Amino acid sequence: MSEPWEDEGPGEVKKFMYVNRKAPYGTIYALESLEVVLIAAAFEQDVSMVFIDDGVYQLKKGQDTQQIGMKNFSPTYRALEGYDVEKLYVEAESLAERGLTEEDMLVPVEVMSRDDLARLMDEQDVILSF
Amino acid sequence: MPIEVNGKSYETDEEGYLANLNDWNPDLATAMAAADGTTLDENHWEVINFLREYYEEYQIAPAVRVLTKAIGKKLGPDKGNSKYLYELFPYGPAKQACKYAGLPKPTGCV
Repeated sequence: MSEPWEDEGPGEVKKFMYVNRKAPYGTIYALESLEVVLIAAAFEQDVSMVFIDDGVYQLKKGQDTQQIGMKNFSPTYRALEGYDVEKLYVEAESLAERGLTEEDMLVPVEVMSRDDLARLMDEQDVILSF
Repeated sequence: MPIEVNGKSYETDEEGYLANLNDWNPDLATAMAAADGTTLDENHWEVINFLREYYEEYQIAPAVRVLTKAIGKKLGPDKGNSKYLYELFPYGPAKQACKYAGLPKPTGCV
């Protein structure tokens, strides 16, 4: 019997992509996606997160939720690195349409064109959309 | 089930985790540990304080794997391993230490 501190191997590694399309507050999608990513990180898969449309606001610096009475969970995106989730892609068109740039993002991201993202999506084994 | 410390009552959830993070104080941690039959020494406090700082920064309680790695980075490899942490917190380092630190139960944790 194995002890709890003994790691089992990761088995077959699949490419998981989590696609985030919605603004961080107002619906539960952004927070749920983040929690799923944090839990699934334990399975040591090849994980990436994509931020498209209003989803880019999830990574916007300087979020202040006091007036809407919700917890500001944006600092948690900075914990992703510690969970070995380091591939964060933001769609260039979505940023531009909202007057945002890479500088507005609260974590290091890779800004990618819509076409390149489409190609990246083609390579995935599993895509989960939130 | 509320927990009584120094004549004050603190709200907890059904698993004994503190309902309000801001209620926390060191006496509360000591009392929670005593209820589990544990006496906290400086090694326990090192982990508890680490967890509180982690939560302050990231707004989550870390998974045990992440906690182990982060402890190793900060306190050295002889403390950043599962065996050491399980000896300190036999009910599961993240779960038990988070409880004493007044944090919510870690997301998807042991």
